Amino acid sequence: MIDARPHVLHDRYDVVVAGGGPAGLGAALAAREAGAERVLVVDREPEAGGILLQCIHAGFGLHHFGEELTGPEYAHRVLHEALDHGVDVLCDAYLMDLADGRAKLLSGEHGVAFVETGATVLAMGARERTRSAIRIPGDRPAGVFTAGLAQRLVNLRGVLPGRRVAILGSGDIGLVMARRLALEGVEVVGVFELLAHANGLARNIVTCLHDFDIPLHLSTTVVGIHGRDRVDHVTVAPVDEHLQPVLERQWEVPCDTLLISVGLIPENEISRQLRLRLDPVTQGPVVTSAMETSRDGVFACGNVVHIHDLVDYVSAEATVAGTSAGGYAIGHRPAADNVCLQAATNVAYCVPQTVSTHREHTVYLRVRRPLEQSTLRLSTPDGRVVHERKLRYVVPAEMVRLKLRPALLADFHGDALQVEVVAR
Amino acid sequence: MDSGAAGTLQDVVIVGAGVVGCAIAHELSRTGLRVALVERATEVGFGTSKANSGIIHGGHHASPDTLKGRLEWAGNQLWDGLCAELGFGFARVGELTVALAEDDEPALERLVRQAEEKGVPGVERWTREQVLAAEPALNPALVGAVHAPTTGVINPYEACFGLAESAVAGGVTLWTDCPVLALRPMRGPDDGWEVITPSATIATRAVVNAAGVAAGDIARMAGIEGVQLRPRKGEEYLLDKRLAGLVHRVIYPCPSPTSKGTLVIPTYDGTIMIGPTADLVDDPDDLTTSVSGADRILAAARRLVPGISERDVIAQFAGMRAVLDDEDFLIGPTEAPGFFNVAGIQSPGLTAAPAIARYVAALLGAAGFDTERVSAAQRVAPPVRFAHLDDAAQQALAADEPAHRRILCRCEMVTEGAVREAIARGAHTLDGLKFRTRAGMGRCQGGFCTDRCMAVLAAALDLPLTSVTKRGGDSWLVLDRSEPSS
Ligand SMILES: Cc1cc2nc3c(=O)[nH]c(=O)nc-3n(C[C@H](O)[C@H](O)[C@H](O)COP(=O)(O)OP(=O)(O)OC[C@H]3O[C@@H](n4cnc5c(N)ncnc54)[C@H](O)[C@@H]3O)c2cc1C
Ligand SMILES: Cc1cc2nc3c(=O)[nH]c(=O)nc-3n(C[C@H](O)[C@H](O)[C@H](O)COP(=O)(O)OP(=O)(O)OC[C@H]3O[C@@H](n4cnc5c(N)ncnc54)[C@H](O)[C@@H]3O)c2cc1C
Repeated sequence: MIDARPHVLHDRYDVVVAGGGPAGLGAALAAREAGAERVLVVDREPEAGGILLQCIHAGFGLHHFGEELTGPEYAHRVLHEALDHGVDVLCDAYLMDLADGRAKLLSGEHGVAFVETGATVLAMGARERTRSAIRIPGDRPAGVFTAGLAQRLVNLRGVLPGRRVAILGSGDIGLVMARRLALEGVEVVGVFELLAHANGLARNIVTCLHDFDIPLHLSTTVVGIHGRDRVDHVTVAPVDEHLQPVLERQWEVPCDTLLISVGLIPENEISRQLRLRLDPVTQGPVVTSAMETSRDGVFACGNVVHIHDLVDYVSAEATVAGTSAGGYAIGHRPAADNVCLQAATNVAYCVPQTVSTHREHTVYLRVRRPLEQSTLRLSTPDGRVVHERKLRYVVPAEMVRLKLRPALLADFHGDALQVEVVAR
Repeated sequence: MDSGAAGTLQDVVIVGAGVVGCAIAHELSRTGLRVALVERATEVGFGTSKANSGIIHGGHHASPDTLKGRLEWAGNQLWDGLCAELGFGFARVGELTVALAEDDEPALERLVRQAEEKGVPGVERWTREQVLAAEPALNPALVGAVHAPTTGVINPYEACFGLAESAVAGGVTLWTDCPVLALRPMRGPDDGWEVITPSATIATRAVVNAAGVAAGDIARMAGIEGVQLRPRKGEEYLLDKRLAGLVHRVIYPCPSPTSKGTLVIPTYDGTIMIGPTADLVDDPDDLTTSVSGADRILAAARRLVPGISERDVIAQFAGMRAVLDDEDFLIGPTEAPGFFNVAGIQSPGLTAAPAIARYVAALLGAAGFDTERVSAAQRVAPPVRFAHLDDAAQQALAADEPAHRRILCRCEMVTEGAVREAIARGAHTLDGLKFRTRAGMGRCQGGFCTDRCMAVLAAALDLPLTSVTKRGGDSWLVLDRSEPSS
């Protein structure tokens, strides 16, 4: 790609954006368009683009760019849009700390540097959950990788994680890796999923597993990892309705590698340092409809707020955060929200957590359980229905988007709305 | 390592580079003796010594009638000096043994009495109110506790690295990846031993058997039966750094006759660890963790500190205690001339290690080796810990050294400079890097830094990525694109 590193680092920026993935780059562009003069994006990688750079498969950008791109292509486009609008992108630079409008950076070019900033956008993405987070018992041999790490090893380092691979978790990263490894001639012995339904996008189940005859074992989990030096086999077992493994029915799966693909969690090191209010479900900061966190002038977007299934939605959210941050830096405080959204029946969470009856919003939510024919319902806490919309098949893996317009809420005068997705 | 040394007659070959073997090597490096330290693992400290609670016991737990009871308190007092010389951290955080019921009173009394008998200072009863004022996270149902200020925490693997590095600087030859396969007495019975390994046969006047759970096997190689070790496994669970400060002291439940129970440990690095279990197993190499172990530990830890949740676990591991029938250490010469056992070194072996080393040096002296002190120990520089420096120091370091301008491990803020330094000081596996720098120990457990550390290792050691291992042996990490099936 290009060396976008600014060789001069100013003492003060209007907006500093932490993270140069699609969220950060999109926010930086929007901040410029909203009137911020000096906007700095910092990213710890040698190149901007975020996790997309290792996602070399196609399927990105249908909503945002109206065409199907690979991850690096999408990243390239958003990077160039930002650079063309005069955003400074400092790569190989780690945001270490953020306090009182001062960012502490560790930069390959500039060493430890401090910059003042008017507003900040957190766009640090997500990290993967690990084996330890789900406490799989057994040995601790080499050959247990998170799926994203394996993706990095294959796509960026050009090496393979093993010869016979089992995958735990049917999320999109696991599915994409199953196909990627199969294409490399690696034997993928199966994908094992704890839940009764697959956790990835429907199109990925077909194009990553079915097309390659890779078996998907639902309601099954890994209950042991075995091997002294390198993985030798794993034991798997079906789970009962309480998701408890039925060990009497366990069986052995010979393999030298286990990929763990059990979900992402927002990268909230900085959010915690800043003591932002966090949503216990998303594990990211609570945000307003302006994508402002519980701290004035600190905005957030992308996977750092909640895990997105499509990068296009990240870009849309980034535009809101960047517009708000850019405005904030030149003295326009974002307008206040007046309604709090409450996740109710079969809704895990809503982002943003608050909205206004005066503006149009896109609300993202995730259901807890799949439903064939369903209704999305907004109601008052005492049960009066305010708005209903029919939905088709909903699954936890696919975010539901709700366009909330002032007209829909014209007859609503409370300060809390329940959001539920129920069977029709 | 230095293969030329294989040809030279050694005075002492120490088998096993755990904390005990390393401490002995370090102690002997101060004499003029020719000493070799032989270890089957690829780096030092990779046995039990890396997988324990990291506590320097207060000194009052073991009875003064036992060898381990005497060496525990003697060892405790030696660690401050060693840490200062060898550049690793040691914090005397103190401990509380907490009684949750009135029945526990006699156990508390016994601890205080034992402390008096051994002369361990400062051990005293604390009331419920005193305890809760000092440690508000503890179960408010507790009835009282014994406080011991002499207890400390260290980083056990750092201790091994420091001891070994200093020993090597003092002239000890270190052989890693070098399992002892057999011992052969040389010509006459008093002439010493040939230590047979795959890479060389080393001739030596004396052998010190510090092989941990394998000490019985080594003894048998010398023709000594009867060192019957039973492996007793302990699982440990490490909690997320954000719980740092939950407790400030090591928290013990009241001991039962067989076990000190499950502890809540503020580690030297600021994380909280809970454990260990104590389960006899058949296989000394069985280091698996288990669902039942996790359940027991979490339940026991929550009884002491109710705020601990299973969601906080970021890593788990197990270590193996080497237990003799009488539960004591077995240290001394044997009927095989020139063969010394240092066996049964279970808990508190880490605490006692420096005292064990002095004891062994004295035994060698009594057996005619010249162990009169001839020099001070070689000092070792502390490793760079970027995250622990203040802004000005970080600024200065990064200005001087570009490798300190890049974070390789984001959870623990380990710089590429720290990783390079660790490699220069002997790390040559991913685990070696992890134990020396903490890269990969944080909440993402290497999800971020694994390939970065591998790349730096490969470049520094001039290897392809495919030759980098997790901990040596068959613990390969990645394959070449051209070899998916074999
Ligand atoms: C392994 C993986 C595979 C994925 N595959 C797909 C896919 O196939 N299709 C799809 O639509 N979506 C995929 N996603 C989802 C993807 O994360 C989003 O689509 C999108 O990339 C998220 O954008 P983001 O900018 O929020 O985060 P990221 O793209 O993760 O960008 C965050 C950036 O912040 C940087 N950063 C973090 N902390 C700091 C710091 N302290 N200082 C400096 N820089 C920092 C990171 O280096 C990174 O460049 C995948 C996600 C992961 C993790
Ligand atoms: C869970 C747990 C918690 C503990 N907590 C504490 C604590 O908090 N405080 C405390 O003081 N103690 C504690 N201990 C005890 C302490 O860890 C041990 O006593 C101590 O580490 C023993 O050290 P070592 O050098 O004897 O054994 P090891 O570290 O096991 O070293 C023996 C070495 O010998 C090598 N070896 C074996 N066979 C051969 C061969 N044939 N050739 C060459 N090399 C060989 C092995 O590879 C190994 O490296 C704990 C133990 C456990 C298991």
